[in-house]
Amino acid sequence: MDIFGIPLPAMLSQLLLGLVNGAFYAMLSLGLAVIFGLLNVINFAHGALFMLGAVLAWMGMEYAGLNYWVMLVLSPLVVAVLGVVIEKTMLRWIYKLDHIYGLLLTLGITLVIEGIFRSIYGVSGLPYQTPDALQGATDLGFMILPNYRAWVVLASLTVCFVTWYVIEKTKLGAYLRAGTENPKMVEAFGVNVPLMVTLTYGFGVALAAFAGVLAAPVIQISPLMGQNLIIIVFAVVVIGGMGSIMGSILTGLGLGVIEGLTKVFYPEASSTVVFFIMVIVLLLRPAGLFGREK
Amino acid sequence: MRKTRLAAAMAAIVMGAVSFNAAAQVSGDTVKIGYITDMSGLYADIDGPGGLEAVKMAIEDHGGKVLGKPIELVSADHQNKADIAASKAREWMDQQGLDMLLGGTNSATGLAMNKVAQEKKRVYFNVGAGTARLTNEECTPYTVHYAYDTVALAKGTGSAVVKQGGKKWFFLTADYAFGHSLENDTAAVVKANGGTVVGSVRHPLSASDFSSFLLQAQASKADILGLANAGGDTINAIKAAKEFGITKTMKIAGLLMFINDVHSLGLKNTEGLLMTDSWYWDMNDDTRKFANRFFGKMKKMPSSLQAADYSAISTYLKAVEAAKTDDPEKVMAELKKMKISDFYTKSSYIRADGRNIHDMYLMQVKTPAESKKPWDYMKIVTTIPGDQAFTTVAESKCSLLKK
Amino acid sequence: MRAESSVTIKAGQAREGQGVQKKVLYGLLLLALVAAPMAGAYPVFVLKVLCFALFACAFNLLIGYTGLLSFGHAAFFGGAGYISGEAMKLWGVTPEIGLILGTAGGALIGYVVGSLAIRRQGIYFSMITLALAQMLFFICLQAPFTGGEDGLQGIPRGKLFGVLSLADDLTLYYVALVIIVAAFALIVRTVHSPFGQILKAIKENEPRAISLGYDVDRFKLTAFVLSAALSGLAGSIKALVLGFETLTDVHWSMSGSVILMTLVGGLGTLSGPIVGAFVVVALENKLGDIGAFLAAVTGIDWFNSLGESVTMVIGAIFVICVLTFRRGIMGELNALFSRKQE
Repeated sequence: MDIFGIPLPAMLSQLLLGLVNGAFYAMLSLGLAVIFGLLNVINFAHGALFMLGAVLAWMGMEYAGLNYWVMLVLSPLVVAVLGVVIEKTMLRWIYKLDHIYGLLLTLGITLVIEGIFRSIYGVSGLPYQTPDALQGATDLGFMILPNYRAWVVLASLTVCFVTWYVIEKTKLGAYLRAGTENPKMVEAFGVNVPLMVTLTYGFGVALAAFAGVLAAPVIQISPLMGQNLIIIVFAVVVIGGMGSIMGSILTGLGLGVIEGLTKVFYPEASSTVVFFIMVIVLLLRPAGLFGREK
Repeated sequence: MRKTRLAAAMAAIVMGAVSFNAAAQVSGDTVKIGYITDMSGLYADIDGPGGLEAVKMAIEDHGGKVLGKPIELVSADHQNKADIAASKAREWMDQQGLDMLLGGTNSATGLAMNKVAQEKKRVYFNVGAGTARLTNEECTPYTVHYAYDTVALAKGTGSAVVKQGGKKWFFLTADYAFGHSLENDTAAVVKANGGTVVGSVRHPLSASDFSSFLLQAQASKADILGLANAGGDTINAIKAAKEFGITKTMKIAGLLMFINDVHSLGLKNTEGLLMTDSWYWDMNDDTRKFANRFFGKMKKMPSSLQAADYSAISTYLKAVEAAKTDDPEKVMAELKKMKISDFYTKSSYIRADGRNIHDMYLMQVKTPAESKKPWDYMKIVTTIPGDQAFTTVAESKCSLLKK
Repeated sequence: MRAESSVTIKAGQAREGQGVQKKVLYGLLLLALVAAPMAGAYPVFVLKVLCFALFACAFNLLIGYTGLLSFGHAAFFGGAGYISGEAMKLWGVTPEIGLILGTAGGALIGYVVGSLAIRRQGIYFSMITLALAQMLFFICLQAPFTGGEDGLQGIPRGKLFGVLSLADDLTLYYVALVIIVAAFALIVRTVHSPFGQILKAIKENEPRAISLGYDVDRFKLTAFVLSAALSGLAGSIKALVLGFETLTDVHWSMSGSVILMTLVGGLGTLSGPIVGAFVVVALENKLGDIGAFLAAVTGIDWFNSLGESVTMVIGAIFVICVLTFRRGIMGELNALFSRKQE
C-alpha cells in the first residue's frame, strides 16, 4: 500500500524515526523552556552546555574509565554546578534588563566555551561508543530500530514528564512559578527565592547536559555540535509558547514528526521547515501554541 | 572643550586603521609567502594550524632563504568567510609586496582569492578547496591547484569502486554546490564504467540526524552508499550507518574524507570504508619521515592536505631558484616546466591550466584487528594514475588549454 | 510640572551647545576619512569598515531609536548584495544602477518581512524576523544564480554613470565615501526629524503614542523599510568593492555580528555603531596581527596564537560588554562627559 508514492512500511519507519528525533528535541528544549519560563532569561548557552555534557561523558570514559550510565548522572551534576557558577557571577546582574542582554550574554558564554574546547580537542570530534547493554537492534516488522534509539525515546519522555509534573503539579513547582512572578511576596513567606532561582538555572542546564550524554553515541561529539541544534531548539520553545513546559514537549515531538515527513518529500528543506512553521504559528497565535502572553 | 576630546578619540580610531597598515611597505628584498585557511572552524583539523606548521617546515628545509633573499611568512584565519580571505589577500598584495599566496580549505574563499591573485598578478597555489572550477571555468595564468579536486575524487572513487564490483549506487548528498558537483561527477563516472545509480537524497548542511536518509538508502537495495558530503556530516552519517546496520548490506564510499575523519570515528565505525585521497602517511619511508617529524610538532599524523602544503611551498621555492627571480610570470612558466618529485608525489607535473597532475589512491579502512600501531588506519587498494584522475583537456573549458 | 521648566530650559541650552560640538566632531571624522588613504590607510579595508558601519547605523535606527530588535537583518544586507551583484554581473548595469537596484531590493524584502513581523511584539517580533531571514537564506542557498556556497564571483567594478572607471581602489574609495556619508546624513536627519521623534516616542511608550492618535504600525513599518533599504545599500556597496557575494552575508551569524557591533558601540547613539563596526571588523581581520604585536611587546608567546581564537575573543567581548559596558563605548563616553558637565 502506498501513501503519496511511499510504501507503507517506509512511511511508518520515517514517522517512527521522526518521533525518536522529536523526543530528543523535546528533551533538549525542556531546559530552555524551564529557564525562560521561570527565569525570563533566553539561555543561548544551552547549546554549548549540551556539548559540554557530551564532552564530559567522553572525558569520564577516557580519563577515569567511568561508563555511560555513571556519566548519565555525573555529567548533568557537573554542568549544573557550572550553571550555578554562571548564574551567580554573571546572570544575576541582568535579570531586570531587556531580554536582549540575556541573549547576548549567553551567546558570548557559548562562543567562549566552544572556543576553549575547540582549541583543546579540535573540530573533527571525539568517538563515543554505544554502551553494551543498548547495542543491537530490534526488528519491528516494518523497520529495524536500534535499541539505543528506543532508549533515547524512553529516557527523554520520562524526564520530560517528570519535569512537567514537578513544575506544574507539585508544591515545589508552585513555589518556583510564584517566586518568579512575584519574588517579594514569596520571600515574605520565608522562601529563599534567589537560591531557588539559582538552582532552577542549574537544573535547566543539567537537562541540557543530560541530552548531551544521550546524544554522545549518536552524534559525533564536537565543539560545534550545539550550534546546529540550538536554533531549532529555540524555534521549538517559541512555537510551543515561551514559558510553557508542555508546549515545548508537544512541539518538540510534533516538529520531529513534521521534519521526518519533510525528509521524505522535500529533504533539502528539512532544516528550514521549522522556521516556516514558526512564522505561521506566531502570526496565528501571538504567544505560541500554548503560551501565555505577558 | 570636552566634545573635541571625543572628536580626537574618533580621529584616533580612524588613524588606528592606518597604523596597522602603514607598517610594512613593498620591499623587493624578501620573498613573501602568505597562507590563508580555516584555522578555527569546520576544516581546521585537516589543514589549519597543521598546514601552517608544514609550511614552516618547508621554508626551514629550504634554508630560510631563496636566491640569497630571506623568506617571510604571514598567515591568517579566514574563518570560512570569503570577505576576510579576499581582503587579507588583497591587503598583503597591495601593501606588503606578497609574492606567493597559498590558499586553504573552503571553495568560496578559494575562488575569491583566485580572483584577487588574477587581478594583482601574483602566484596563487590552492591546497584544500575542492572546487575544480579553479582550473576550469575560473582558471588563470597564475593559479596552481595543487592537491585534490572534486573531479579527482569522483573519478578515483567512482571508477575504482565500480571495477571492484560495487555496481549499484545510492548517493547521500549534502545540499550545496560542492555536494551536488561531487555527486554529479561521481554518478557520471559510475555510469561510464557500467554501474547504475539507483537513487539519491539531498540533506541540508549540518543535519544532525541521518537515520531517515539512511533508511531511504537501505530501501533502495544499492550495494554502495556514496557519501557526497564532508566533515561533520560525513562523520554523523557513518555513525548512523553503523548503528542502523546499513554497513551489513552496503559498503560505504566516502567521497571526500581525510584521515582525521577516520581518527575521530574510530576503526570500529569505519572498517571497510572506501575513500580516495592523494597521499597517506604510511606509504613508504619518505612519507613516514615527514609524518613522524610532523607528529613530533602537532601530535597527530598529517593529512594529505598538510603534506601537500609542504610540497607546494617547497615546489614554489624550487621554481624560484630555477627561474632565478620571483617575478610571477617567470616563476609560473618554470612551474609548468618542472617535474615534481618529493615525498608527496613521486612524479607529477603542473599542466597549462594550473592543475597539478599527480596520482590518487583508492584506500580502504583497516579492521581494528589489522591495525598494528596508532594512526595505522588505511591500506592502499589501487592507484589511479594522474592522467586518468583529473579533468581531461577535452572536458575542460579553460582557455589556457586551448592552443 | 513647573519645577521641571528651569531644568528643561538648561537642558535645551546644553543640547544646543552639544549640537555644535557634535558637528565639529563629525567634521573632524569626515576629514580623517578623506585624508586616510593619503596617510597610508588601505582603502579597501576602510571601505569594508564603512560598509559595516552603515549597516550597523541602519540597524541601530531600528533598535536604538524605534526599539525593535531584528534578528534577521542579514537578509537585507546579503539579499541586496546578491541582487545588485547579479545585476552588475549578468545584466551589465553600471554601478550606480546596481546600487539603486540593491537598495530597492533591500527595501522590498524589508517591506515583506516588516509587514509580517510588526504584527507581533517583543521577542516574538524578533523571532519572526529570524525565521523569515532563515527562509531567505534557504532560498539563496537553493537559487542557482547565487552560486550556492561558492558565492557570486566576479562582480565587475564597472564605470560610474558609464564614464568614471571604478577599477582603481582610490577612485572607488572616494565615490563610495560620498554615498556612505550621504546615507549616514540621511539617518541623522531622520533621527532629528519629527518622524524620528515619533519613533522615539513609540520606543519609550507605545501605548501612549497610540493614545495620542499615531498610527504606530505605519511608523514602525516605515522605519523598518528605511532600515532595510540602507542595510541593502551597505551590502550592495560591499559587493561592489570586494567583487563577490557569499552566503556568509545572509547567514544568521551576520545578523548576530551587526547586533554585536551596535551593542559594543552603543545602542541609541548615532556614532556608536560606527565605532562598534570598526572594533568588530578590526578584530575579525586583524586579530592575528594584534596577537603578533602583543607577543612582540610583552614577550608572551601565547599571544601569537590569538589569531586562531577569533570567535572566543568575540564571545568574551560580548560577555564583558553586557556585564560592564552596557551602554557601549560611545554610550559610556557620552555618559561620562555629560556627568562631568554637571
